[in-house]
Amino acid sequence: MRFHLTAEQVAIQDAVRGTLGECWGMERLHAFADGDADFDPASWQALMALGVGALALDEDEGGAGLGLLDAALVCEVAGAAAAPGPLIGQIVAALAAARSAHQSIRALLPAIASGDTVVTLALDSALVQSARSADLFLADDGAGGLRLVEAGEGVVIEGVDSTDRSRPVSRVRFETVTAHPVCAAGDPLVDKIRDAALVLIAADALGGAQHCLDLSVDYAKTREQFGQPIGRFQGLKHQLAHMALDVEPARALVWYAAYAWDEDLSDAGRAAAMAKAHLCEIYTRTTRAAIAAHGGIGYTWEYGLNYWFRRSVHDRAWLGSPARHRARAAELADW
Amino acid sequence: MDLSYGPEAEGFRREVRSFLAERWQPADRRGDELREYVREFRRAGIGQGYLYRAVPARYGGSEQPVDVIRAQVIREEFGRARAPMEVGGNGVNMTVPTLIEKGTDEQKDLFIRKTIEGDYIWGQGYSEPGSGSDLASVRTKAELSADGTRWIINGQKIWTSQGMQSTHMFMLARTEPDAPKHDGITYLLIDLDQPGITRRPIRQMTGEQGEHTFCEFFFDNAETPVSWQVGERGQGWYVSRTTLKHERASIGSADGLGNQFRKLVELAREMGRLGDPLVRDRLAEIEGRVLSHRYTSFRLFSCAAVGEDPGPVQLMMKLLLTETGHDIALLAQELIGEEGMTEPKGAGGRGPRGLRGPNKWLDQIMGSLGNSIAGGASNIQRNIIGERGLGLPRDLAMQSER
Repeated sequence: MRFHLTAEQVAIQDAVRGTLGECWGMERLHAFADGDADFDPASWQALMALGVGALALDEDEGGAGLGLLDAALVCEVAGAAAAPGPLIGQIVAALAAARSAHQSIRALLPAIASGDTVVTLALDSALVQSARSADLFLADDGAGGLRLVEAGEGVVIEGVDSTDRSRPVSRVRFETVTAHPVCAAGDPLVDKIRDAALVLIAADALGGAQHCLDLSVDYAKTREQFGQPIGRFQGLKHQLAHMALDVEPARALVWYAAYAWDEDLSDAGRAAAMAKAHLCEIYTRTTRAAIAAHGGIGYTWEYGLNYWFRRSVHDRAWLGSPARHRARAAELADW
Repeated sequence: MDLSYGPEAEGFRREVRSFLAERWQPADRRGDELREYVREFRRAGIGQGYLYRAVPARYGGSEQPVDVIRAQVIREEFGRARAPMEVGGNGVNMTVPTLIEKGTDEQKDLFIRKTIEGDYIWGQGYSEPGSGSDLASVRTKAELSADGTRWIINGQKIWTSQGMQSTHMFMLARTEPDAPKHDGITYLLIDLDQPGITRRPIRQMTGEQGEHTFCEFFFDNAETPVSWQVGERGQGWYVSRTTLKHERASIGSADGLGNQFRKLVELAREMGRLGDPLVRDRLAEIEGRVLSHRYTSFRLFSCAAVGEDPGPVQLMMKLLLTETGHDIALLAQELIGEEGMTEPKGAGGRGPRGLRGPNKWLDQIMGSLGNSIAGGASNIQRNIIGERGLGLPRDLAMQSER
């Protein structure tokens, strides 16, 4: 029986946190947010050098032999740092490629695992992270299966003004493209891959919500009004307690969903829907509460809370709103 | 992550199962015959090391090393067999651990065995009409008799569960009125069968009043021997902080909420509302919290099994349970609709009970409010999460408190 993190898992999170701390501080985030790029090569290479793209692959596939849970722990830290994309797409594409029965896909795996080939998710929506920089798009095949579409001819990309400044999106349309089938309609892998993406988005939301809570608590300890730290006032203290009550117990929901996915438990799909719905709901509530708890400074661009608020808007809509996933969770239950 | 208990635990499970198959066969025993059978069964369970694992053998326990996995397997198997476990109640949960930690040999001899065998039933004498969340402000007074052998007690205690059945009470009484409030309290045990004590059931908002609800107690020169004082005079507040840490973590702690949620889904089905998208959305939203609570109980259990500190999340479980109970109550009230305008037959002390329809949910709808108060009020829980969990500065009014 083990249902908390191992020392190795904590070390993985520390390593990713440390790496992002060096290459993705607030100054860099501000510059990126006001720039035109939809991809950040420096932080990407630093993360990929840690083996993040191959974490959940088997060792004989060049991976670390860990699971979706470990990948979720990485995405949690990336969420806390508001790290740029397309990290979730890359990890999910590696999982899809490793499980695909098609030889042409297997041949792409080493470059995906190493991060040399950048893959983004183009599922369900035309709005795609890092679309101008991606080499491959993990996309629907139009018939209920999945395919990897090569960038270039037939991929029409239209720039948009992204709400999430840390993971800019473009509007993408696939015309006559070069694509590699991953799995056909009806293959259980289709749902399995979508579920992995849902769990990783939930993990991103968890990390972001925790970060906003931490910032709010630190601020409440140092900001003084009426001659004392505002965190002493019960009104604010109780708001912060409720933010923590939202975030901390929900951590285990993400762990369970990732564990269920790794172990192929019968409720894995439902757990993924539940985690995506619940954590994105919490992310929305927590970023709103964090800005309210900060007062004026929280409403400024400079302070930066807006980046996480914007991420919460993105995560919430990405691959379906909380209400849609609650409806799915209800369908997947026997009620 | 791994939610299996491992081969050692599964071997132990087989052992517990075969014990239960052999020893728990109540058949159609009733009344005194059943009581005696249960008593014998518990003795056998103690002999196997399954019950009263934290209680020393010389006081009737089975004195086992701490092993939360084994303890969990025992709970699961006894639950599955519907076999009685420990007698429970305040005596087993509070008096016995306190005595093991802080009691004299005489007190242990006098009380522990009788308590775990169910002969002594203990009421809690903590809250008073003027001392709720600010418990250390208790005013019930104890003074030494002229010969110095007895405490003479005057005052009032309130919200004592099992009060009508209690044979004894553990209480906090003010013995040093001039000392700072935490340092002027003494922890006393007292026999409730004496002329200076009057007890009265409290009628609750549910209308219930009687043998199984809370009581208030009035002390008018009640007495207890000085030898029944636990810990030093004036140190009672600190004695009362003794809690049972032994194998406390349990996965089953989350099952109650899960069962309540399943019944809520059944209620929606029964009322023809399970297909309503709004109801389904609300149900799934509540289930997010129910499952968070459940999986977090796995997390706490997992930490306890290897002696690691799970951190602030353990401070949140009570409030999460309470808040989720409120959410369930609100949806239940929506679902029962007009049925909620009538109480089930016999509810609220209106005579004998009868058939209970959907309006039986009024029990949960009202009862969930009690959870915001009993065992540490929700606003106090929020303070604890904020101050101990998040490290926020203490409220000025409570800065001198510990």
